[in-house]
Amino acid sequence: MTMPTRTLRLFAFAGVFTLAGLPALAQEHDGPQPPRLKWSFAGPFGKYDPGQLQRGFKIYKEVCANCHSLNLLSFRNLADPGGPDFSVAQADSLASDYKVKDGPNDAGEMFERPGRLADRFPAPFANDQAARAANGGALPPDMSVLAKARTYERGFPWFVFDIFTQYQEQGPDYIAAVLRGYAEKPKAMTMAPGMNYNMYYPGHAIGMPPPLSDNQVTFDDGAPANLEQYSKDVSAFLMWAAEPHLTARKRLGLQVMVFLIVLAGLLYFTKKKVWADVKAHPEKLEDNA
Amino acid sequence: MSGHSTYQPQGAFMKWLERRLPIAGLMHSSFVAYPTPRNLNYWWTFGGILSFMLGVQIITGVVLAMHYTAHADMAFNSVETIMRDVNYGWLLRYLHSNGASMFFVAVYIHMFRGMYYGSYKEPREVLWILGVILYLLMMATGFLGYTLPWGQMSYWGATVITNFFSAFPLIGDPLVMLLWGGYAVGNPTLNRFYSLHYLLPFVIAGVVVLHIWALHVVGQNNPTGVDPKSAKDTVAFTPYATVKDSFLMAVFCIVFAWFVFYVPNYLGHADNYIPANPAVTPQHIVPEWYYLPFYAILRAIPNKLLGVCALFGSILILAFLPWLDTSRVRSGRYRPLFKQFFWLFVVCCLGLGWLGAKPPEGVYVIAARILTIYYFAYFIVVLPLLGIFEKTRPVPNSIAEAVLVGDVPLGASAPPLRHG
Repeated sequence: MTMPTRTLRLFAFAGVFTLAGLPALAQEHDGPQPPRLKWSFAGPFGKYDPGQLQRGFKIYKEVCANCHSLNLLSFRNLADPGGPDFSVAQADSLASDYKVKDGPNDAGEMFERPGRLADRFPAPFANDQAARAANGGALPPDMSVLAKARTYERGFPWFVFDIFTQYQEQGPDYIAAVLRGYAEKPKAMTMAPGMNYNMYYPGHAIGMPPPLSDNQVTFDDGAPANLEQYSKDVSAFLMWAAEPHLTARKRLGLQVMVFLIVLAGLLYFTKKKVWADVKAHPEKLEDNA
Repeated sequence: MSGHSTYQPQGAFMKWLERRLPIAGLMHSSFVAYPTPRNLNYWWTFGGILSFMLGVQIITGVVLAMHYTAHADMAFNSVETIMRDVNYGWLLRYLHSNGASMFFVAVYIHMFRGMYYGSYKEPREVLWILGVILYLLMMATGFLGYTLPWGQMSYWGATVITNFFSAFPLIGDPLVMLLWGGYAVGNPTLNRFYSLHYLLPFVIAGVVVLHIWALHVVGQNNPTGVDPKSAKDTVAFTPYATVKDSFLMAVFCIVFAWFVFYVPNYLGHADNYIPANPAVTPQHIVPEWYYLPFYAILRAIPNKLLGVCALFGSILILAFLPWLDTSRVRSGRYRPLFKQFFWLFVVCCLGLGWLGAKPPEGVYVIAARILTIYYFAYFIVVLPLLGIFEKTRPVPNSIAEAVLVGDVPLGASAPPLRHG
């Protein structure tokens, strides 16, 4: 009876792999996959690199913030543990550089005042319509959870391996790739006026013009002022903005894992001990009844 | 099976209580003295794991509800507030969202175990049907919960799934309007889904009580499918089953924690981090992974009404399993042909799951159709006919004999699953 079972299982496996081969038949690959970059926050011991987040924040502030809001973040978050590691005083002074609309005051008037730690980052446009009007009809998305809202398809079997390798950085990989993915459009492709060709953007026609170029932002810490560095740093910053408690999560995760593995080990030996009698002296079982 | 309680109350208060409400005696006879077959393997530990997961979901859910705002304009941001500003809010939310997936992992293993070992067969039909009801309730609860973050996939998933009901003639459209509370998915939909999402877990808890009650009336099945005949065939629930269940529960928690702490968004969809937008349809609308096989069946059928009927039929057919399987031998262990068709069925379900995530075009549709045919054929052709034509292997006389003498008579192949 083993033979037919084996043959059948072989068929089953063959079936699975045929299924896995289907995408190749069903869809032509649409452009290259974003390259996998090295991130300090990847893997079980991952944590954000405060220097990188500070550089990323500088890029956001000087470049991205002209069009993209960061609605869910407050200035106080800049000083939160596990983040860019600004001091409270630094975050406070950064906040006071911004003008924040407040009110109404006692006279019933809205007024502007310097930002405070508790304020959210002010949006560059008053509303979506204003944002579209200023950007040729395209709406620059809010960046608060952007790094978790963007991904690319990994395909079989990689999506299975990703569970075990803990690859969760598709978002920042994709964003970094898009920032570096501007190129000459292929001659055969037609594109609406005002659109830009990007290798990694789905459909390849992106409204955003190339936002970053070499020497655009200067860093105080001596990091290279080039597009490669910019794209990595701002993507890391956006990952932190989307998942500010990642460092705490992975740290707690390690403690929980160690606890559970020890617990499971102890329970395994307890189980062995409890069952040893039943296995060794089955005739004793009648006493249990 | 549980027989007369052997519980002896200790102390004056327990004696006093036992004469008025014998709850301690009930607990004792159900979870301590309860005789459990001695040959249960680790596949039998998932019932306990499921009860544990129900507890996890209710506790994390009740706390999340304290911080969540069920309003179309505020739901997305309130979930983000939980993730950012509530103490350990990220932990609660990731436990709850991944907990739902782990709940389904456990229920699928539990169901396949029941199907392999014939746990639905006489006299466990009602126990099995209660399980199918629990599974349906879980699916409803999971779907309702997935709409609550009010991201793009929440919104469009809700739109697609509620639209299934519009396929039914006459009652379809009024039914969909009732689900929506309006003419499209919107704030009233979110409000009623939230209310029902909070309600259904307690309905599940109630049916779980019935499920366990039915289990304790008919007794557990076991890998041989032979009913316990004497005290030699069983061990006491505590400590034997308790410690075995605890061990596997800890192992299960390791897997659970792996997802929660290291890949918390793996099982979700990136589009659900984009706030719901009725004006923009996502490129691919994909339900949660645990519905994908049924979604593939739906899309395999070109006619909408027939597709929806196939979708519901593929779940409801499970309730008829006790009568569709005509074999007199309960456990798949002694059914060489059944075993092969069973594993093909498992592969078929996985294949359908994978296809459910793919766009419904080209070869994917053809593959989904072939697998859909096998899915239904397994229930309405294979199982009824196998019972008539299959030559089964000899079944041991008792559990004790299977354990002590060895399960399989000389000359036959090794058993498929080792005892734990």
